[in-house]
Amino acid sequence: MKNVLIDIKDVTKSFGTQDILKGVTLQLFENENLVILGKSGTGKSVLIKCIVNLLQLDSGCIKVEDYEIANSSDEDLIEVRKKIGFLFQGAALYDSMTVRENLTFPLTRLDKKFSNEEITQKIEKVLEDVSLPEAIDKMPSELSGGMKKRIGLARTLIVNPKILLYDEPTTGLDPITSDEISQLINETKNKFKTSSIIITHDIKCVQTVADRIIMLKDGVVYKEGTLSEFENDDDSYIQSFFN
Amino acid sequence: MSYLKPNNSFITNSFMNDIKQKFIDFFIDVANVMYYLKSVMKNIFHSSFEKSEFLKQCYQIGNKSVGLISITGIIIGLVLTIQSRPPLVEFGAVAMLPGMVAISIIREMGPVITALICAGKIGSSMGAELGSMRVTEQIDAMEVSNTNPINFLIVPRVIAATVMIPILTLYADVIGIFGSWLGVNIKDDVSFTLFMHQAFDSVEFIDLLPALIKSFFFGAVIGLVGCYKGFNAGRGTESVGVAANSAVVTASLLLIIVDLIAVQITDLL
Repeated sequence: MKNVLIDIKDVTKSFGTQDILKGVTLQLFENENLVILGKSGTGKSVLIKCIVNLLQLDSGCIKVEDYEIANSSDEDLIEVRKKIGFLFQGAALYDSMTVRENLTFPLTRLDKKFSNEEITQKIEKVLEDVSLPEAIDKMPSELSGGMKKRIGLARTLIVNPKILLYDEPTTGLDPITSDEISQLINETKNKFKTSSIIITHDIKCVQTVADRIIMLKDGVVYKEGTLSEFENDDDSYIQSFFN
Repeated sequence: MSYLKPNNSFITNSFMNDIKQKFIDFFIDVANVMYYLKSVMKNIFHSSFEKSEFLKQCYQIGNKSVGLISITGIIIGLVLTIQSRPPLVEFGAVAMLPGMVAISIIREMGPVITALICAGKIGSSMGAELGSMRVTEQIDAMEVSNTNPINFLIVPRVIAATVMIPILTLYADVIGIFGSWLGVNIKDDVSFTLFMHQAFDSVEFIDLLPALIKSFFFGAVIGLVGCYKGFNAGRGTESVGVAANSAVVTASLLLIIVDLIAVQITDLL
């Protein structure tokens, strides 16, 4: 039986009178790419933000390995966040810092102190991994959308997380770059043995990266299965995504 | 002319309600800033200080404002001198002009004008920068990287503003007095040494101290309001503009209120 890394049970979350998540239950297993699929506004991004406690859930339980997020102390939350890398929708690179400084930033926040030489080596290696060694001294404003996503992923990978959360990694990119990012997600999983939750409504990306798919509709899990199970489902709502 | 009379009670009520609402919003803002101050203070004393970020902010605040403060300082000194001269000439008290202008600049004009300029320049830039970081999820990214954004972004900015505004105020005082000397020399021929001697003959330490103390508070207000507005901006791009704008409006209003309180306290001493 596969090891469960993230266990989400009956999670609810509302904003004012609007109920976004109405009892979501799902699990992320070791070394898998789990795609969460759904229309805009179904609470996909809210769910992964609850996992890293950027948003507090109203009820239910989220466990990351042995840590329960809602009841975590600040120290526990730090431990949880060390295990998780988060790639934001717009990459969220720090505007005022160069790529080098963006990549140095998470390393200086860890308990372990690295020498300048070690930091440079790590930066050069991670930039090789995302195929952007030439971007090292550029500012985020000089990068294209796809390059920003790659650097965002490099910033996430530099601290060796076990779990990766991708928030719409291909949104706003042209089909070729989207495909490159999807391939990169697969390469990252195979090379670093990471487990990932990928939030998307890009079917091409789903077809490339998904080991398992969970579809959200109206704040609950609508269907769970493999890519072929989804593609062969007769349900008109599911087919509206795949056709 | 009956049509000119404000006999439409709907318009009057709506106008009054708008004003009432604006007052309520302002005081809610002040209460929120005070509450925000609590978490900033907690971080000042309980977290490691981001020294390099603090120095960067000090440089930016000084660098951004020094040009504007120089120009405004000279003009304020000139205008104050040119406008005060005729009545003093009439009463045969023109020799008091340097001292009078120096006291006005040191006690009131220097601190208030510097603070208002910085509220516009620094407050709005803090509001816009942090607001745009909020919108583009950079603050969330920081939090996920185990960095307390209040400790990294807010504390250095608030302390930098609190430290830099008094320094800029002193600079504005010097430049304003220099402007006054230029103003005096339009009509008369007074040497710089004589002017300074006359100016500082009338100034006492008690004139400078309350002004400096209140400029520390002005700096804290500008930093706190700018950071509060930016950090709590909404998620849409429109909120960046709103954050920058309301940072300036709220900070400017609060500065005037703090000045009023400071003047009352100084008057009692």
